[in-house]
Amino acid sequence: MNRLKHITALILMFLILWQSLVTFGDLPAFLLPPPSKVAQTLWHSRALLAEHAIVTGLEVLLGLVLGASIGAVTAVWLTASQLARHFVRPLLVFSQTIPVFALAPLLTLWLGYGLLSKVAMALLIIFFPVTSAFFDALMRTPAGWMEQARVMGGSYWRVMWLIRIPAALPGFASGLRLAAVYAPIGAIIGEWVGASKGLGYLMLLANGRAKIDLMFAALIVLAVFTLILHVVVDKGCQKLTRNHT
Amino acid sequence: MGFGTWASPHDAGLSAPPGLYLSGTAKIGETLIFGPVIFEALPGQWTCLLGPSGVGKSTLLRLFAGLGEAVTLDGTFGGKDGTSLSNCVALMAQEDLLMPWLDLRQNVTLGARIRGTRPDFAKAETLLARVGLEAHIHKRPSELSGGQRQRVALARTLMEDRPVVLLDEPFSALDARTRAEMQDLAAETLAGRTVLHVTHDPGEAARLGHQILVMTETGITDIPAPATSIPRMYDSTETLDLQGQLHRLLMERR
Ligand SMILES: Nc1ncnc2c1ncn2[C@@H]1O[C@H](COP(=O)(O)OP(=O)(O)OP(=O)(O)O)[C@@H](O)[C@H]1O
Ligand SMILES: [Mg+2]
Repeated sequence: MNRLKHITALILMFLILWQSLVTFGDLPAFLLPPPSKVAQTLWHSRALLAEHAIVTGLEVLLGLVLGASIGAVTAVWLTASQLARHFVRPLLVFSQTIPVFALAPLLTLWLGYGLLSKVAMALLIIFFPVTSAFFDALMRTPAGWMEQARVMGGSYWRVMWLIRIPAALPGFASGLRLAAVYAPIGAIIGEWVGASKGLGYLMLLANGRAKIDLMFAALIVLAVFTLILHVVVDKGCQKLTRNHT
Repeated sequence: MGFGTWASPHDAGLSAPPGLYLSGTAKIGETLIFGPVIFEALPGQWTCLLGPSGVGKSTLLRLFAGLGEAVTLDGTFGGKDGTSLSNCVALMAQEDLLMPWLDLRQNVTLGARIRGTRPDFAKAETLLARVGLEAHIHKRPSELSGGQRQRVALARTLMEDRPVVLLDEPFSALDARTRAEMQDLAAETLAGRTVLHVTHDPGEAARLGHQILVMTETGITDIPAPATSIPRMYDSTETLDLQGQLHRLLMERR
């Protein structure tokens, strides 16, 4: 309840600041529309916004699920195979020297203007944080537990599944939390480079037609979506690690 | 990559558990940890190892558990008569090492589950009841006191059913009454196995040791213990005399 009050107060302050900027800053409406105008557009264009938001939402969710799964599997693979650690890990680190954004045109070229290229963008952008956070945690299983498992004569993959992976879940969760914030960025960039649907596409379109109020409306929808995603993922992560004290 | 396979309880040779043997000097890097010493734990007997903190008791015990990678032993150790100890040892380490995300029943059956054998939940529950935790079976370790956690670790060790059992200060966190009860339980459950029990408590050694060894910087001394069965009564003259004698010895040897 307290948190809700907090957020409401914050939003209110933001709106007041925004309105006073428009009123006293003497800014023309085509640069910064007043909040009332944006609210109007939000309501009138709700169907249009929803249509594009659903596309972006789908891209983000698919990218998140795929990126987190592939990241998790890669982390376990790196942990289990010394060979992979020697050859694949440096490659992963090196790959981070290429900004994912720079790949966007290429992905669009290869995967087309549809959903796939945006999912790939989101996936690529979250793959590394998930993999590296989970892998680091997997490599740091407390020595005492590993020794106990060895004396008990546990098999490698059972120890992995029953001890190392559960013990590393807090690491996976912190990777996932980052991913939830990054995934929308990936999808939007992908849409900017080439798309016919989605909030990013809508923002470009609105900008081109000087409909700044629509652009702001899309931005607000995107922010709200990202916020909700963050809260949901955070709750999920808390659940995942609630027994790790 | 794997940890190797494990022996089934039938190959583990409970009928004739191996004795333990070590002679030599142990170092970690260039640092001398203990030695030169000669150590022997008799097969099927309960051996208590006493000695000041930092003298190398845990290091020695862990060698028998196969956890001596960091240690360079200039000498020999292992099962007496060359018996291999791999997969016939149960270890209760100095820390409880419980998994915080598992409840007590799952913690106690961890060994079976990581070996891929069917966990015996009925036995786990019986053991948890015998260590006085039947009301907590579905709780997690974080909801327990230090002494309760130590009893879960004891139950997990007793679950393992191995011919050689290594106990590193297993009752250190318990009150006098619970401690005596747990000593009774362990002595009963582990009868006939080769037990190496590291303890700081002369009274405990006097109750449980068929054989009592005192380890100091200068070596290991075998202190004659009465040939009576264990656990000895905590307040019998025999136990109290031995306890006093051990205490005196620990005070004098530096
Ligand atoms: N990894 C290590 N590297 C270097 N020295 C170590 C290492 N582990 C233990 N030691 C040293 O070895 C000595 C013996 O340690 P050990 O844990 O065997 O003692 P202990 O007799 O079990 O003591 P306590 O009764 O306090 O448990 C100590 O002086 C300790 O500092
Ligand atoms: Mg110790």
